[in-house]
Amino acid sequence: MNLTLNIWRQDGPNAQGRMVTYQLADVSEHMSFLEMLDVLNEQLVEKGEEPIAFDSDCREGICGMCGLMINGKAHGPEVTTTCQLHMRSFHDGDTITIEPWRATAFPVLRDLVVDRSAFDRIIQSGGFISVNTGAAPESHSVPVPKAKADRAFESAKCIGCGACVAACPNAAGMLFMGAKVTHLGELPQGQPERWARVVKMVSQHDHEGFGGCTNTGACADACPKEIPLDVINQLNKDLLAAMRVRG
Amino acid sequence: MTITNPAADTFGMYTVGDKIADTKAPDTPIDKMWTTRKFDAALVNPSNRRKLSVIIVGTGLAGAAAAASLGEAGYNVQVFFYQDSARRAHSIAAQGGINAAKNYNGDGDSVYRLFYDTVKGGDYRARETNVYRLAEVSANIIDQCVAQGVPFAREYGGLLDNRSFGGTQVARTFYAAGQTGQQLLIGAYQALERQVAKGTVKEFKRHEMLELIVVDGRARGIVARNMATGELETHLADAVVLASGGYGNVFFLSTNAMGCNVTATWRAHRKGAYFGNPCYTQIHPTCIPVAGDYQSKLTLMSESLRNDGRIWVPKRAEDCDKDPRQIPEEDRDYYLERIYPAFGNLVPRDIASRQAKNVCDEGRGVGPKVGDFRRGVYLDFAESIERLGRAAIEEKYGNLFDMYAQITGESPYEVPMRIYPAVHYTMGGLWVDYDLQTSITGLYAAGEANFSDHGANRLGASSLMQCLGDGYFVLPNTIRDYLAHGPFEKVSPDAPEVAAALAAAKGRIDRLMSVNGDRSVDSFHKELGHIMWEYCGMERTEEGLLKAIGLIRSLREEFWRNVRVLGSADTLNQSLERAGRVADFLELGELMCIDALHRRESCGGHFRGESQTEDGEALRHDDEFLYVAAWEFAGGEDGVFGTPVLHKEDLVYKSIELKQRSYK
Repeated sequence: MNLTLNIWRQDGPNAQGRMVTYQLADVSEHMSFLEMLDVLNEQLVEKGEEPIAFDSDCREGICGMCGLMINGKAHGPEVTTTCQLHMRSFHDGDTITIEPWRATAFPVLRDLVVDRSAFDRIIQSGGFISVNTGAAPESHSVPVPKAKADRAFESAKCIGCGACVAACPNAAGMLFMGAKVTHLGELPQGQPERWARVVKMVSQHDHEGFGGCTNTGACADACPKEIPLDVINQLNKDLLAAMRVRG
Repeated sequence: MTITNPAADTFGMYTVGDKIADTKAPDTPIDKMWTTRKFDAALVNPSNRRKLSVIIVGTGLAGAAAAASLGEAGYNVQVFFYQDSARRAHSIAAQGGINAAKNYNGDGDSVYRLFYDTVKGGDYRARETNVYRLAEVSANIIDQCVAQGVPFAREYGGLLDNRSFGGTQVARTFYAAGQTGQQLLIGAYQALERQVAKGTVKEFKRHEMLELIVVDGRARGIVARNMATGELETHLADAVVLASGGYGNVFFLSTNAMGCNVTATWRAHRKGAYFGNPCYTQIHPTCIPVAGDYQSKLTLMSESLRNDGRIWVPKRAEDCDKDPRQIPEEDRDYYLERIYPAFGNLVPRDIASRQAKNVCDEGRGVGPKVGDFRRGVYLDFAESIERLGRAAIEEKYGNLFDMYAQITGESPYEVPMRIYPAVHYTMGGLWVDYDLQTSITGLYAAGEANFSDHGANRLGASSLMQCLGDGYFVLPNTIRDYLAHGPFEKVSPDAPEVAAALAAAKGRIDRLMSVNGDRSVDSFHKELGHIMWEYCGMERTEEGLLKAIGLIRSLREEFWRNVRVLGSADTLNQSLERAGRVADFLELGELMCIDALHRRESCGGHFRGESQTEDGEALRHDDEFLYVAAWEFAGGEDGVFGTPVLHKEDLVYKSIELKQRSYK
């Protein structure tokens, strides 16, 4: 298929960005979206133009490194990561607009590459269970009901890609945070720090410049791992409970 | 050094140096060894620990676990990684599970059995002492992960569930659906971030190590490039740990992440760290077949699928383009079940891969033709879905089936999967002693970056175990014995060794930027990958390897004359990053071929066409090759690869009897 690509180019964090149009011919429907960009980059190098910078690593949908706004949708038209999106989702003659994640908390470094360090800092603020190496009890000493273990796992599937933030009209990080709070809050091991954790994480989230949640559900729609919206309910419930505990 | 045996059959490719006499394992019975070592290793008073600094390169399971554990202990840790977050290291992509000798199923598992299975699976080319220790710490790993909140799969009673993996007859694999690596890495990452918040660990993201700094014979720091700004930085410490993963991307197409590379370990190798068994690579049997020239990577379908999927091809070549569902049972060849009745579809990876190649070479492969052959075999779930129901299969493998459908456009619930072997893991790596110290004092290597535990073939679900074993339990206990002698004399940022390392890194970048040739970095990488896959892949021969070495040499010469890297070095420049990595792969590839050429036997994943049994199995020559090949670099400046020196470490088996491996 033949495609017209409108792609965001930006030389550095403080440079003025611009949309640039490229034509790409003979794209196979079996290519992944990023392989299509690889082909474009090879052609640019051939012509002596600097290739487009974009992040990707595992290219199997699990590391969370890739992430593009494709025609205004985070990770594009399917429920998956950008690297797992394939060109069979597009048609000959399509125009595709490709932009980086847009959020105050995720500044652009170059072209389509953004800085998501804010997510790490949210985890640093409390997204863990405090147990030093060697201090763990025998794992069968604490059984975990299967339903709770399963819900913890469903929430722990988050890959930290930031699509939820990019899709949210307020650029809120609530789905990301809700997923972590639910993952750790469902497990017996996560109880001792449960209330402190949620308060610290929410406070860090707000400090980073993410917006507030207005329950549009755009985050859950965009999530490539289908983290359910109810993790945000869980987050709010836990936050409320934490406020009560603290008085 | 003395050259003791310049053998006639080395083709002038290498020389032979001194043997490695001592691996520093305590001289006690094997089951007392690790306890003895932990007790004998010197302690560091808690108040002295913060005066001691450690650099760790890589935040996969080994690096993140080591950084978190050393941070908790109170050392001053600096951790470097090329991704934008520590959570993205490629351990995250491991699917199937992690082994541990818990014997929760009462099916006869034990530390000794895990040790035995691992040594046998590695075709008796692993170091016995290290593997025994790994089996010993395996149970602690599960405890640690559960305490961190890793949501392993559980039974309805609330206890942990297990499944089976290749090369074993017990169920000892703990898992979290098909994304166990992700869950374990998130656990280690969270432990790491907790230390970042406490200030014991400092993270350097989007940083790539380009040189090792060695002062007075000790590893004392690294030169790293800040990939976001292009700035070259020097970082100094009392010890350096490389946990930078494997080098499967030398084949261009592999299941590794795009950024996985050998640069950290290769730069250390160039500074004197021996490289152990570089030719031992693992070709994983169950990956999605190659679809076209544009392909950037291959995707693994977890080995755990072999628990419930049956592998087959048509008995007759003329059936190969038929709809598989129309081929009746009697016309199918379930070749693994036929050849290996005892282990069936759960034979080790090297065997499953080679048999897939064999049936495709016979013209019985399935799927679209690539060249003259169809390169694929079926992995069929119809029987399991019939027996257990679709819901049960979905719960175990749902994410893998979805991934397969996403990539191929076919649903494995309806049509059998098509799979083919692909490069997945490298058993070789920096040579380390029992303490995980390399041949450079103060330089340690952990996880896939070292060579020690898997011999010539790694069993499934053992890499996660080794990485976390090294990171949580082994390294923190052994490195303290070294750090107890510190803090070492402070190295000035202006010291000549530091300035020289910085100048070397800068000179290399300048050279890459100034070639200004005609060919893209990727085109060189792809060509190298083709050479390696063709001649140093699933089957190797003397003739092919000699040819490959010639091809690699001329490709490397062309690279330094004709590579095109656009843009500037003092900004984010992904072409430049790749160029540096490919330059190192072009040297490593030659060493891999030399190692494969010199090892005139078949063992595990290293299959020499000239050395096989009557029925086509790997034939070892223990009389000649019962040793680790540890290679010393003897080259010069970038792109110049001198004649490497082979140091042999004899493998001594006191606790296991050497046998011809059999899974029949």
